[in-house]
Amino acid sequence: MVNVLDKEAPARTRGLDVPLIRIPVRQARREHVLPSSECIIRAEKLTIRYGEFAAVREVTLDIPSHRVTAIIGPSGCGKSTLLRAMNRMNDFVPSASAAGKLFYRGEDIYRPGFDPVELRRRIGMVFQKPNPFPKSIFKNVAWGATINGYQGNIEELVERALHQAALWDEVKDKLHDNAYALSGGQQQRLCIARAIALEPDVVLMDEPCSALDPIATARIEDLIDQLKTLYTVVLVTHNMQQAARVSDRTAFMYMGELIEVGDTPIMFTKPTQKKTQDYITGRFG
Amino acid sequence: MNGASAISMGPFVSRIQRRRRSGHVFELICTVLSFVGLAFLTVLIARVLWEGAAWVTLKFLTNFPSTLEPENAGIKSAFWGTMWLMAITTVIGVPIGVAAAVYLEEYAPRNLLTKFIHFNITNLAGVPSIVYGILGLAAFVRWLRFDRSVLSGGLILTLLVLPVIIIASREALLAVPKSIREAAYALGATRWQTVRAHVLPTALPGIMTGIILAVSRAIGEAAPLITIGALTYVAFVPTGPLDAFTAMPIQIYDWSDRPQQEFHHLAAAGIIVLLGILLPMNAVAVAVRASQQRKKSW
Amino acid sequence: MARAAVKAKERTIHVALLACALISIVTTVGIVWVLLEESILFFAKVSPLDFFFGTKWAPLSTTPSFGVLPLVCGTFLVAGGALVVAIPVGLAAAVYLSEYAPPAVRRVLKPTLEVLAGIPTVVYGYFALTFVTPYVLRPLYPNTDIFNAASAAIVVGVMIIPTISSLCDDAFRAVPRSLREAAYAVSATRMEVSTRIVVPAAMSGVVAAVLLALARAIGETMAVALAAGMTPKLTLNPFVSVQTMTGYIVQASLGDTPAGTIGYQTIFAVGFTLFLITMTINVVAQRVLKRFREAYE
Repeated sequence: MVNVLDKEAPARTRGLDVPLIRIPVRQARREHVLPSSECIIRAEKLTIRYGEFAAVREVTLDIPSHRVTAIIGPSGCGKSTLLRAMNRMNDFVPSASAAGKLFYRGEDIYRPGFDPVELRRRIGMVFQKPNPFPKSIFKNVAWGATINGYQGNIEELVERALHQAALWDEVKDKLHDNAYALSGGQQQRLCIARAIALEPDVVLMDEPCSALDPIATARIEDLIDQLKTLYTVVLVTHNMQQAARVSDRTAFMYMGELIEVGDTPIMFTKPTQKKTQDYITGRFG
Repeated sequence: MNGASAISMGPFVSRIQRRRRSGHVFELICTVLSFVGLAFLTVLIARVLWEGAAWVTLKFLTNFPSTLEPENAGIKSAFWGTMWLMAITTVIGVPIGVAAAVYLEEYAPRNLLTKFIHFNITNLAGVPSIVYGILGLAAFVRWLRFDRSVLSGGLILTLLVLPVIIIASREALLAVPKSIREAAYALGATRWQTVRAHVLPTALPGIMTGIILAVSRAIGEAAPLITIGALTYVAFVPTGPLDAFTAMPIQIYDWSDRPQQEFHHLAAAGIIVLLGILLPMNAVAVAVRASQQRKKSW
Repeated sequence: MARAAVKAKERTIHVALLACALISIVTTVGIVWVLLEESILFFAKVSPLDFFFGTKWAPLSTTPSFGVLPLVCGTFLVAGGALVVAIPVGLAAAVYLSEYAPPAVRRVLKPTLEVLAGIPTVVYGYFALTFVTPYVLRPLYPNTDIFNAASAAIVVGVMIIPTISSLCDDAFRAVPRSLREAAYAVSATRMEVSTRIVVPAAMSGVVAAVLLALARAIGETMAVALAAGMTPKLTLNPFVSVQTMTGYIVQASLGDTPAGTIGYQTIFAVGFTLFLITMTINVVAQRVLKRFREAYE
């Protein structure tokens, strides 16, 4: 049994020669102490089809708040589809249909008449490839808040979001430069800032580091660890080590089905399902 | 309406109702405006049919136009003039246009000359048709002494639509996958053998579409022909390329320009005949192009 | 031996094809040469200042004046009016086609718009003269002349809708899906995504489309000749008859202008002006379009 958790090495520098970066988190609006975890999102026998093909089959999964939950699995197992179901981004695929229920704070977001636009203010998303708008850095962060009727001070909001995304120091002097001038890792942190500027409950991350180099990846993994004091994070990743480093709970999916879910240390050392063990030990995927 | 509002909004004021409403209004406006063109087209065709359908008789198709007796006027000379023009444009324009496209796509090195030719063709596509008429006036009518013949008219129209043929053919050739050419070269074929036996046949539907669109554009043009002095009220049919001529768009123009109602009916009838030729051609071209695109998506 | 024959044949074909491609250059050279040749003769008799800045155009009268401004004004009045019709409709159609329309509607609507582009301009002219003026304009504004700029502007506008909608639709579709997804993910509605993210991102494509449509409207001849009239006027009133550059060339060609007369030469001078204007707009449009394509490919 391969132990991907080496408890001796300091968390962030395992395998990397990167100095530990400690980024101060600005005054949070909520308590620093992690509140006890309620289940903020709950999928109940959720099935998502693209036409005839069922990408997600009858998945039942709880997402605890203020934790990082990772969803892992081989390509095509449905993890991205499941993630996108949580903020109803699947709506944009014409052939997609959903059966079952997905509860956010107790309300089924797939019930007829539910407004997905409002939902997306509370459940934000960061994508695989950084996709900032062709606008200035400031406008990138501010745009979402502005169209959603933010009443407070926009400059403060932008600064706060950029601090929380660990990007402020690098861009504070060039807020009005075009976002495309930033490096890939910086653009991805900008996308994170953009998402958290709306003060969401949950941040969904769809393989956020797969297009980035190892140093940028390490910085974002640091970030994820800090974000969970303020937000709930659901992370889809094909990088098992990343899941092991960063998440509190891990869910393993295979061919659309949820095979196993549990606390991360246990999932990676003593999984109960054979498929999970095979995947973790690299037998497939 | 949604449970998310049970959570405190914090500093965000939900204007979702207003945003949704403006979204619906916007969508409605866009949808309605999109169909403005279609509505216009419908009214136009309805009007033309209303005004002219009764006048499209056998007499109309077989008589010559006449200013004195509009009831007995016909479109015979204009129709055959248009046919002649179509023939000349096709016979001269298609080989030259396709050959130019083949050169630019298959043979030309990526150098300044090629870029300049490409730049030229794009510009020529945007030159007003009447300027081609002026060119033709000086070059074909006077310099080459073809006078106001159907050959002059055909040559002008050829030059006019050559850019259309070239651009469409180039696109069709570009769409042919590289692998086909490579396979032929690997068997030792020369460039021309490859092009003639493999590339051109594959690109043929796209090229045909371009030709059909080009020719239909040519036969709808009147301005350049008027400039070289194509006559109206011609009472004969061209028998050779150096004969004088008239064409349907010119006849329609002349009839439309007269104040008397009868002539407007004649114009409408002429339009019906002209569209009766053009619209099926366009439909074929569009259908061919659509089936091409469907084939591509596999 | 056989090899040499094949090679010779290949060479001949290569040269023949090159010759065909060079015809386009010959055409351009021909156009410029022809226009310049007679225009130079014209400007020997009429000073360029009088021509380009004069405000009265009466070249065939007994006391001729050669100020081309009324013709240019007429041209831009009609072309401008055409853009007023075509830009909102074309843009809205492009937004609808690329952001809202279900695929079945798109498959029908897009070809229909192309049919609009394929209808000969004389037909539009006929329609303007016999329908738009009496049944649309006259009821609204009874003092409209029979020939007026507005009816020409309306039908030319409809004629260039496909130019704008087609190019803008292509431009919008070139904007990557990931940008739209990013916008939806920050809780934007479809209208906000279309108007505040997609259209601005495609803006240079939109500008190129408008410029190309403008050039087409300026070069438009038969519809204008039928609908707008043959009386050159320096006016902004769309309800009176005007004359455009293209309309004048048609009028002069229909009339009696033997070679060598000043009347004959005006055709070339006006044609040259027209050519310069459309060429400039087209070249600028192509540059803008090229920049747009480079950004998205």
